Amino acid sequence: MENNQKKITVSVWRGGEDGNFENFQVPFVEDQTILDLLTHVQRTIDNSLSYRFACRVGMCGSCAMRVNGKPRWTCRTLVSTVVQNDELKLEPLSNLPVVKDLVVDMEPFFEKWQEAKGRFEPSDSPVTEFVPIKPDDKQRQKADEAIECINCGCCYAACDVVESNPAYLGPAALNRAWSLINDAKDFANPERLKAVSGDGGCQNCHTNSQCVARCPLQLNPTRSIAGLKKAVSLATLKGEI
Amino acid sequence: MSNRIEFKLWLAHRLSGMALGLFVVVHLAGMIIAIQGGLSSAEILQRTSGNYALGVFYSLFTIAAATHSTIGLRTVAREVIGWSGISANFFLIIFFLFLCAMGISAVGGLVL
Repeated sequence: MENNQKKITVSVWRGGEDGNFENFQVPFVEDQTILDLLTHVQRTIDNSLSYRFACRVGMCGSCAMRVNGKPRWTCRTLVSTVVQNDELKLEPLSNLPVVKDLVVDMEPFFEKWQEAKGRFEPSDSPVTEFVPIKPDDKQRQKADEAIECINCGCCYAACDVVESNPAYLGPAALNRAWSLINDAKDFANPERLKAVSGDGGCQNCHTNSQCVARCPLQLNPTRSIAGLKKAVSLATLKGEI
Repeated sequence: MSNRIEFKLWLAHRLSGMALGLFVVVHLAGMIIAIQGGLSSAEILQRTSGNYALGVFYSLFTIAAATHSTIGLRTVAREVIGWSGISANFFLIIFFLFLCAMGISAVGGLVL
């Protein structure tokens, strides 16, 4: 139910890389998400406000932005859980170019996916015997832990290594590579191991675990990156790459 | 710098760190055992003189320490003050050689 008495102040980033915050007074509604709140602003106050969303149910990873300084998925974040002193600050994700208002250009993020060979690559020749995928297989479990990423970019925006080293592939791309390295039906190795150990590779990770702290799905990219470090180290020492 | 060299330097940093962990434990244990009987520095030097196994141990210790600290400093220089490239690498190679020379000469004083 809408509480007609109570309003909160929402500071929203307006403009591109250069811009400023604009304040909106919006009614505080129980069980309202940040995305609901933005929709209210766009429909009733300023229809020029730009923000990105698609599924609204935490599956597509489109709606991430910084809420009070921290990257979050806004479709599953309740205003009541993050509002401070009746104020909210909404900004575009860090470490990505701002297109307009709360919309960032995700191209660098997905380019790094490609750099890390984040695509599934089947065998060049027809497979005569299919590899059985057993749920209790240890390697499969490693792939399963990493595979649920929805590419919202929260980890990438939270990563201080990405901030200091723009060449760094980032937690999401490396996590994706780790899921494929553990996929028995993928045939891109050892090329993928080379791809994740270049200048911007897994060795740059400081293990600060900001990505773990900010992942809305509670995935653990830091553990995936640690797995990559070990796999690349062993392959290097054995002379395989 | 080529792609694989960055990773190999990182790996050398980790491996030298692992080696240092072992060397430091052996070094501290040796120090503690050596002074149990109240030996003086001169008496210790008398016992280490001519002990080439000890010389090899401390030479490896020195190289591991020089490797680990140089690669670590290289990362700090790049990430904290933004210093990288040929000038940084040149300085750090000099620093590495300096540490090796100082350490090996100290080992020489201990063993020879």
